[in-house]
Amino acid sequence: MSSHDPKTSHEQVPAGMAMPNEDVLSGAENAPDDAASYIAPVSRHAATMGDPNAKAILEVKDLKMYFPVKSSGIIRRTIGHVQAVDGVSFQVPAGGSLGLVGESGCGKSTTGRLITRLYEPTAGTINFDGQDISKTSARGLKPLRREIQMIFQDPYTSLNPRHSVGSIIGAPLEIHNILPKKQILPRVQELLEIVGLNPEHYNRYPHEFSGGQRQRIGIARALTLQPKLLVADEPVSALDVSIQAQVINLLQDLQDEFGIAFLFVAHDLAVVRHFCPEVAVMYLGKIVEIADRETLYNRPNHPYTQALLSAVPDVKQAAIGGRRERIRLEGDVPSPINPPSGCRFRTRCPLAQEICARVEPPLLQIGKRHKVACHFAGELGKHPDKPVTAGLLGVDDSGTPDPGASPSVDVGNEPGFADTWFDLERRTMASA
Amino acid sequence: MSSFLSVRDLKVHFPTVDGIVKATDGLSFDLERGKTLGIVGESGSGKSVSSSAILGLHRRTSAQVSGEIMLDGVDLLKLSDEDMRRRRGKDVAMIFQDPLSAMHPYYTVGNQIGEAYRVHHDVSKKVARARAIEMLDRVGIPQPDRRVDDYPHQFSGGMRQRAMIAMGLINNPSLLIADEPTTALDVTVQAQILDLLQDLQRDFDAAVIIITHDLGVVAEMTDDVLVMYAGRAVEYGSCKEILTHPEMPYTWGLISSIPDVSGDTSAQLIPIPGNPPSLLNPPSGCAFHPRCTHRDKVPGDLCTTVLPELLPGTRTEGHLKRCHLTNPDVVYEREILPEIAPDLVEER
Amino acid sequence: MFAYVIRRVFIGVILLIVMSLVTFVLFFASPVDPGRYACGKNCSPAQIEQTNKALGYDKPVIEQWTDFLKGVVVGREYPDDPALRAAAPQLVVECPAPCLGYSVVNSVTVNEELKERFPLSLSLALAALLMWVTGGVLFGVIAAVRKGTIVDRGIVALSLIFYAFPAFFIGLFLLKFVAIKWEIVPVPVYTPIAEGGLGLWLQGLFLPGLTLALLYMAGYVRMTRAFVLESMSEDYVRTARAKGLKSRKVLTKHSMRAALTPLVTMIGLDFAGLMGGAIITETVFNYNGLGKLAVDATVTYDLPTIIGLVLLLGTFVIVANIIVDVLYAVIDPRVRVG
Ligand SMILES: Nc1ncnc2c1ncn2[C@@H]1O[C@H](COP(=O)(O)OP(=O)(O)OP(=O)(O)O)[C@@H](O)[C@H]1O
Ligand SMILES: Nc1ncnc2c1ncn2[C@@H]1O[C@H](COP(=O)(O)OP(=O)(O)O)[C@@H](O)[C@H]1O
Ligand code: SF4
Ligand code: SF4
Ligand SMILES: [Mg+2]
Ligand SMILES: [Mg+2]
Repeated sequence: MSSHDPKTSHEQVPAGMAMPNEDVLSGAENAPDDAASYIAPVSRHAATMGDPNAKAILEVKDLKMYFPVKSSGIIRRTIGHVQAVDGVSFQVPAGGSLGLVGESGCGKSTTGRLITRLYEPTAGTINFDGQDISKTSARGLKPLRREIQMIFQDPYTSLNPRHSVGSIIGAPLEIHNILPKKQILPRVQELLEIVGLNPEHYNRYPHEFSGGQRQRIGIARALTLQPKLLVADEPVSALDVSIQAQVINLLQDLQDEFGIAFLFVAHDLAVVRHFCPEVAVMYLGKIVEIADRETLYNRPNHPYTQALLSAVPDVKQAAIGGRRERIRLEGDVPSPINPPSGCRFRTRCPLAQEICARVEPPLLQIGKRHKVACHFAGELGKHPDKPVTAGLLGVDDSGTPDPGASPSVDVGNEPGFADTWFDLERRTMASA
Repeated sequence: MSSFLSVRDLKVHFPTVDGIVKATDGLSFDLERGKTLGIVGESGSGKSVSSSAILGLHRRTSAQVSGEIMLDGVDLLKLSDEDMRRRRGKDVAMIFQDPLSAMHPYYTVGNQIGEAYRVHHDVSKKVARARAIEMLDRVGIPQPDRRVDDYPHQFSGGMRQRAMIAMGLINNPSLLIADEPTTALDVTVQAQILDLLQDLQRDFDAAVIIITHDLGVVAEMTDDVLVMYAGRAVEYGSCKEILTHPEMPYTWGLISSIPDVSGDTSAQLIPIPGNPPSLLNPPSGCAFHPRCTHRDKVPGDLCTTVLPELLPGTRTEGHLKRCHLTNPDVVYEREILPEIAPDLVEER
Repeated sequence: MFAYVIRRVFIGVILLIVMSLVTFVLFFASPVDPGRYACGKNCSPAQIEQTNKALGYDKPVIEQWTDFLKGVVVGREYPDDPALRAAAPQLVVECPAPCLGYSVVNSVTVNEELKERFPLSLSLALAALLMWVTGGVLFGVIAAVRKGTIVDRGIVALSLIFYAFPAFFIGLFLLKFVAIKWEIVPVPVYTPIAEGGLGLWLQGLFLPGLTLALLYMAGYVRMTRAFVLESMSEDYVRTARAKGLKSRKVLTKHSMRAALTPLVTMIGLDFAGLMGGAIITETVFNYNGLGKLAVDATVTYDLPTIIGLVLLLGTFVIVANIIVDVLYAVIDPRVRVG
């Protein structure tokens, strides 16, 4: 199977399958002019393939976002911080996709908003196309807004109900003075067509469209300025299952055609697996594991990733008889205001030991494209008895500083992957 | 012998200014105690409306409900309002999708759970509170004697859904309807809640209906599945049959439009084109025909003119499907399976 | 909660100070010469100037304003003239803190004026409030429960009719027909409780209160109806029904409690507004309330009275707002326990 060539791994619906067309619709007594009953052509896709050699268009390093928490006293003092994002580093390859998954409140959306600079980061750098945009002023951001766009979760609230679809999609062209007024409409119609809406419906209002179609409008708006990076925050969560697939495939078409890079934020692990060749798992504001798709889904090394994956009901597995054993996680995610010491996952981790409360595990590269932050990293059922990180961090097995040992490897929080890594089996450095 | 719950030709129609909305249009199914039925379908397909009808929640002024709902030999639709009210929450209980909005923000969790007990038992508030604590403990809320006085907003999403389950089960109902019980929750919490529901079902020996749009939940939880489209059942049978040998194009569409967390990554994601139909003015013939990609395999214009009956499929007696295709098993094996699960084809 | 109230009171005081400044500035920015009004129609320019001087109107606005603030805190004397005090102490009016000023037009301190009018306006607003809230909520709930029936349509139509009639019309109708012509109730005369006891007090308030209540009730019927209907489609009401609760209990315990919460805000603001806003009703019934005072003071360009009124009514709005917020916290645990 030539699935490694992204061009051949998808195709339009083959001729053998009847495509519903509009005369059928009118035959079905659906007024042909009804915006919501317009049937867009659909494409089908296998999972996206990544190019490991692509250069990074976005490089985020040690990104932090702390929201102040105010006291309720007479004078409102800041009494603490919500550590929504606490030192994440990653890369998004040009024209590729990175998936960001995790439970509600772990900081996925905040990360997305930081990158589109809807928030100013507390610390860290955001390197976009060779330029650090983490401190850029509001005015300096204007050209940036063309290059980085965002797609929002809720297609019902993210479109202004009082504006026609044409003016929603055309607004960025006007704001940025890109096209003369006369050419805006043709461009809007072109965009509508690209996202599978009837180009004649530019003067309709959002409420005349279904949820999936509204999401398409949101996508068209994001595409207007031909961005290089799209931050998609749960782009399909609010949609029906059958419609989700339409939108995912549309995004995949757009990526193939225009070479747009995606930071794809979602809590649905299956959708992320389909869309992203590389995936980062977040827990309480930190990345706990990041790896290419095959490694992350087939050989996760972090107990949280393992629990998360085992919690997802698997239709095809269940259908052929095997109901898998779930790893039950007890309790809820702790508050990001007072996260647990050491490893943030330790309050729910089935493997937690003394060292986990004392020392924070570094995000350690353990394979060619695989990093994990756990003292006892290992495949499911093969977690080591002794912390793998003790030697690297200069502590003993219980996490108390060991004056005899000196930290052997530099475990900085660099984005991307190095050519050499720490081999868990042999506990030495290895390379490809 | 008839089943514990037997629904026949259930119709729920809403007269509106624009015409009659046929939210449920002739639904039939059976369910035994200790068994779980899954109802799947897109939003607006009539899942919640049908289950609310079983609980008698539709107001006579706004909905016309007809058909037969036999629960343990009694036709619920023939009961007076007062008799139905006495059964509601006692014999039949329901838990809802969004536990935050399903609980009253102004009353404590304990008050609301205890209230469910006091409606059907003549006991003091104190006794009801003790019962509420007991149930909170049963559904796995730590320190139930303290949390009982919390308000819903002080609970996490998962805890709220546990509290809803406690409320639903406090009177030991023989039928529990869970309307999208985990849709609003994270996967790890979803797994906890599904486990809990399974445990409790075993203990209470209740019949359970799980309404969901998530085939994964169906696969893990149910014995039988009913697939709904535009207010009608389009496929009905055992869970395993339906997931491994579906015989109706809409079910194929559902299965092939969801990605999976395991298996071959060359599997295709094939969406169903178009949007769910309006129930005010549903398509003629087979309601799915405007979106169906297999229509050309049916001779003539049957699909657009004649509503297919819900008839036994090609494999087993109990597997019913509503489609004019004569050889759906072959189409599925040849056209669908290789696309969505190339690895499974090799195994077979 | 306590800290919250303190903070709100603090903000309220600042707001009042700003309000007084704005009133001062606006007053002096207008083309009218206050001294001319105070002095009378036939004053010569010299007399006007002298009046202005005596009243302090010749000083810069800011200075007048700070004098005023000082008066509020420690009290002051009118006119503020040590020489006059020594010569003719009987001409100097003592105005103890919190002094809101001295009305030359009426030759009395503003505090006295307000003290005299305040009980009437408060009584009237209370009477109206009681009637419109009971009536509004009652009919609103009935209309919601009987939605779509004749009862519902009747209530909505009737409330619209009352809404459409102007206040003076309802007031005049009640006074001229119900009281004077048909003699169903005695012609209302305001009698303070201290003088006539509870019975006469209520009697005096009934018709003017009803006039105001009918006006406001229309809005409250429609709002209550809308809120109750909205809450009846809430998920938690469905849960309550699914438990098997009787519909009456569902309505009273679950639906209404949530539906009536937003009314609290409206009630608070409307009540505060009514304190000085019942001008037409006060005029029709010839009641000397704050509303009438406000009109008179505006017509005679009586600056001190206007400022005093602005501050009193402002205080009322602010206090009403704080009370509403506290009530909210009592009603809604999401506000109370974070
Ligand atoms: N403006 C804000 N002020 C204070 N705290 C905030 C703010 N925005 C987000 N947070 C907190 O930061 C944390 C991360 O929020 P974020 O929205 O990024 O989560 P998420 O991973 O996107 O979750 P979900 O899956 O629910 O969308 C949460 O604890 C949230 O309450
Ligand atoms: N009270 C009502 N009046 C009119 N239409 C209704 C009413 N309640 C539900 N419907 C319609 O019935 C259909 C089925 O709704 P529902 O059962 O809630 O769908 P779901 O399958 O998502 O649970 C929808 O089209 C909905 O709009
Ligand atoms: S570091 Fe410790 S607590 Fe954290 S995930 Fe690994 S084993 Fe669990
Ligand atoms: S009856 Fe026809 S249109 Fe309907 S699902 Fe079957 S093949 Fe498709
Ligand atoms: Mg989010
Ligand atoms: Mg539903």
